[in-house]
Amino acid sequence: MNGTGLIGGSRRGEPGLLPDPRLGSPMPWVIAIVIALTVIAAASGLGLRNAAARASADLNGGVTVQIVTAAPTDRNHQADAALATLTRFPGVVEARRVAQDQLDTLLEPWLGTRPGDTIDDLPIPALIDVRLDTPATPERIGALLGAIARVAPAARVDGEAAWLTPVFHAIATLQWLAGGLIALLAMATIAAVVLAARNALAGHRETIEIVHMLGGTDAQIARVFQRTAAMEAAAGGIIGLFAGIVAIVALSRQFSALGSGMVGGAMLAWTDWVVIALIPAGGVGLAVLTARLTVLSALRRML
Amino acid sequence: MTEPDAEIVQFDNVGLRYGTGKEALTDISFTLYPGRFYFLTGASGAGKTSLLKLLYLAQRPSRGLIRMFGTDAITLPRERLPGFRRRLGVVFQDFRLVQHLSAFDNVALPLRVAGVAEREITKPVDEMLDWVGLADRRDARPATLSGGEQQRVAIARAVIARPDMLVADEPTGNVDPEMALKLLRLFESLGRLGTTVVVATHDVHLIRKVPDSLIMRLDKGRLSDPTGALRYPPRRSPPAGEPPLSAAPRDALDGQPLGFSPA
Ligand SMILES: Nc1ncnc2c1ncn2[C@@H]1O[C@H](COP(=O)(O)OP(=O)(O)O)[C@@H](O)[C@H]1O
Ligand SMILES: [Mg+2]
Repeated sequence: MNGTGLIGGSRRGEPGLLPDPRLGSPMPWVIAIVIALTVIAAASGLGLRNAAARASADLNGGVTVQIVTAAPTDRNHQADAALATLTRFPGVVEARRVAQDQLDTLLEPWLGTRPGDTIDDLPIPALIDVRLDTPATPERIGALLGAIARVAPAARVDGEAAWLTPVFHAIATLQWLAGGLIALLAMATIAAVVLAARNALAGHRETIEIVHMLGGTDAQIARVFQRTAAMEAAAGGIIGLFAGIVAIVALSRQFSALGSGMVGGAMLAWTDWVVIALIPAGGVGLAVLTARLTVLSALRRML
Repeated sequence: MTEPDAEIVQFDNVGLRYGTGKEALTDISFTLYPGRFYFLTGASGAGKTSLLKLLYLAQRPSRGLIRMFGTDAITLPRERLPGFRRRLGVVFQDFRLVQHLSAFDNVALPLRVAGVAEREITKPVDEMLDWVGLADRRDARPATLSGGEQQRVAIARAVIARPDMLVADEPTGNVDPEMALKLLRLFESLGRLGTTVVVATHDVHLIRKVPDSLIMRLDKGRLSDPTGALRYPPRRSPPAGEPPLSAAPRDALDGQPLGFSPA
């Protein structure tokens, strides 16, 4: 059954089984509000995910080992020994001695002159860049230090982005919050559709009984309500999407005015925008499914 | 669809009790055969409507056995009900027209429910409306129709899909004798096409108008003459005009799956 003539709305000049069973005039507006909030929550969640990805890349990257001792030969020995130990250390992806040239170049703006040119024995620490395969937690840093302390007592170990760890945790928490919010909004949608569908069912009970008596199936009847649910959710969804996008654009303007690097990482990629644009479709799908299940379960209680 | 001589309905010791009251129907046993014309008579409150409700599967009995179209109708799973109901045409005592649909759309409803294509609906429905004298009321809503007109819409709706069994509850109660006769002729021609016709009425004159009809009489919920084989004697000349049943989309319906249509 393709359902053309049967369910076809009066809109297309084809009489249906039921008059458009308005699920209730507030329906599109409730959906619009829910979709707008979902869009904002999803945008926040996705932005936070991007920021977290950025932060965790930093965290993963970052350990610096400095050998701080005045005697150049000792410094070199200790640095070589530390590098050898680090290379063999489990979890170390890469360990690289920062060349003296490079260091000199780095320090030039600070010292006003290339240190190598003038004061060779200026106690510039030897630097080793280390990349770990997991975030540089204090525990891991402690373990690294313990391993190299024997061969390089002058070594100091710092997580490059160690300060980001609590931020990272906060971001993760906020992401969970956004996810939870979206789940709650989905539940609100379901509740609104269930109530509206039950209401509409009660209003059309007599017609439904007649259609049943004429051999109409539950699925045929449910389809009428699904169609209405789809149209009302689509109308609300488009309004909600528009409102939500206006809100996130305004929010992101305010944030980028802060000029923080963190916020730069929170920018939405085009794939994120695709996800956001699909939210109303998700709302329509949820509304249709809810209407169908509500109507079918109610009809099953009729003879 | 049905074997020529196989019974179409069989009631065996059926009882019906509404709530906790006394039985509205007691020890009902009878058999209906294809293409026969049955009258169900009895005083008001005798249980005619209750018996018809069992016949058109709107009510389950409190006890007893009911077989319909060769299947146990009592244990019939819910998803098979639509298929059975599409083989039935029902004229409800209170018409039960869909208030927001025009006369045309009400009559077209069984065809639409059965999935008949829209282009195969217009002609038979218009012809049927013409036959019951409602061609000019085609687009009227039920609320704007008189009782008699509503009844004729209900009858047109019941016969439009050429059911295997027609069940009519006092179908001529609101029309003038001339129209009543015309409607009876419609039922008879349906019977000649193989439909089993069951008409509940307390109008004895009506019964006399249908020779070859069989009579079942209800009295306080019990069926007298339970064989249902009482034949009314008067013979009459065959009716003049043939109702437009031959034009009804029988073939279109035959092609439809009668069972549950999946979504
Ligand atoms: N839905 C119902 N609930 C309770 N009692 C009913 C119901 N329908 C009918 N009855 C009772 O069953 C008996 C038979 O009614 P009905 O079948 O309508 O008789 P008829 O159609 O012959 O007038 C009556 O006593 C009536 O009051
Ligand atoms: Mg009655």
